[in-house]
Amino acid sequence: MHVLQQPQDDGEPARDATAAPSRMGRAIVITSGKGGVGKTTTAANLGTALARRGAGVVLVDADVGLRNLDIVLGLESRVKYHVLDVLEERVSLDEALVPDKNSPTLRLLAAAQSREKDEVDTEKMRALVQSLRERFDYVIVDCPAGIEMGFRNAVAGADEAIVICTPEVSAVRDVDRVVGLLGNRFRPQLVINRMRPQLVKKGKMLSVDDVNAILRLPLLGVIADEPAVIVATNRGEPLALRDDSPTAAAYRAIAARIAGEDVPAPTVGNKASFFEKLGAMLGGRR
Amino acid sequence: MIELFNRLFGRRPSSATAKERLRLVLMSDHLSLAPEMIEAMKRDLVDVISKYVEVDRSKIEVSFEQQDAALAMLANIPILSVNRDAGDRVASRPSERPPALGKQPSKRRRKKGSAGPAAGKPAAAT
Repeated sequence: MHVLQQPQDDGEPARDATAAPSRMGRAIVITSGKGGVGKTTTAANLGTALARRGAGVVLVDADVGLRNLDIVLGLESRVKYHVLDVLEERVSLDEALVPDKNSPTLRLLAAAQSREKDEVDTEKMRALVQSLRERFDYVIVDCPAGIEMGFRNAVAGADEAIVICTPEVSAVRDVDRVVGLLGNRFRPQLVINRMRPQLVKKGKMLSVDDVNAILRLPLLGVIADEPAVIVATNRGEPLALRDDSPTAAAYRAIAARIAGEDVPAPTVGNKASFFEKLGAMLGGRR
Repeated sequence: MIELFNRLFGRRPSSATAKERLRLVLMSDHLSLAPEMIEAMKRDLVDVISKYVEVDRSKIEVSFEQQDAALAMLANIPILSVNRDAGDRVASRPSERPPALGKQPSKRRRKKGSAGPAAGKPAAAT
């Protein structure tokens, strides 16, 4: 399942500035409009899952003022510099990139904690993402909630978008708004997060089809609302690292889809899924 | 058990309510996001009505509001005079009547039957 695209043993990102300047990496912004739907958790897990495939990945925390991606990755004690230090040329990019402790090809560029979103220069942010694309296969930008300056800065420089939605009226409405703002340029794809198949079955939660009948976006994946996600965040170890969790497998399937592999469509969260019930019985590990 | 109870007594699942609310709220979001579309619709509406009556284009008001389970379009179209020429056209096709003016709820599912337009302001005829 986990085919390494570019095997890396030396702990360095897959590419650097001198390696292949002609081949640009992909810059993907993770956004949602609404807060608290799991953008940061998804960004950390997708970054981890892509890095596990051997790709060079940098996670950029664009949530200036509310830094959190470092926490989810368990890197909070290693962050010395942040994105504004780079944008304002106090430190070099290399000094600011924090190597991940679990995935050798993953780097973090943390957000500034004691600054504000409108202090970011949109053009400089665009240039930064551009230079990161020269060095990494994937530049994943974790966008702040909202549709104001922080959103615009996070989106600047990205050329693709993954929108995160939970099966709630408010989240779907906000994603609809964000997709309208993004327009066609970003070819937004959808990840439905916090799905609870049992509730869907009882008619107490919007199903995947309900959500996507409205949003009509290419579906990248569905992540179940599983306690293991919370446990993983408590520990600062993204769930995607684990081999024994169906949710980790779902993250890895999304990563495979991002990388262009033809992975079967997700089945979680739609009515009458026999395999899902089976999976819940077999894989129902804490 | 509660599920079964609700189902027996015909209570609709909350996910269906969520779906319906979402559909409505997005429709109204999209309408308010597309003023040029509303302008175009207003123009077309007036073009059709003008076949039968002369209306005051400058005083047309179109708005949208939430009415129970539906989004309603309210059009207030002042009539200046009745267009006599239209009489022949109508007479030749008796099944078609000039459109009723005033409150025009959207065609979508309404709770109680299909008793024509909800009572509301009549078209202001000048």
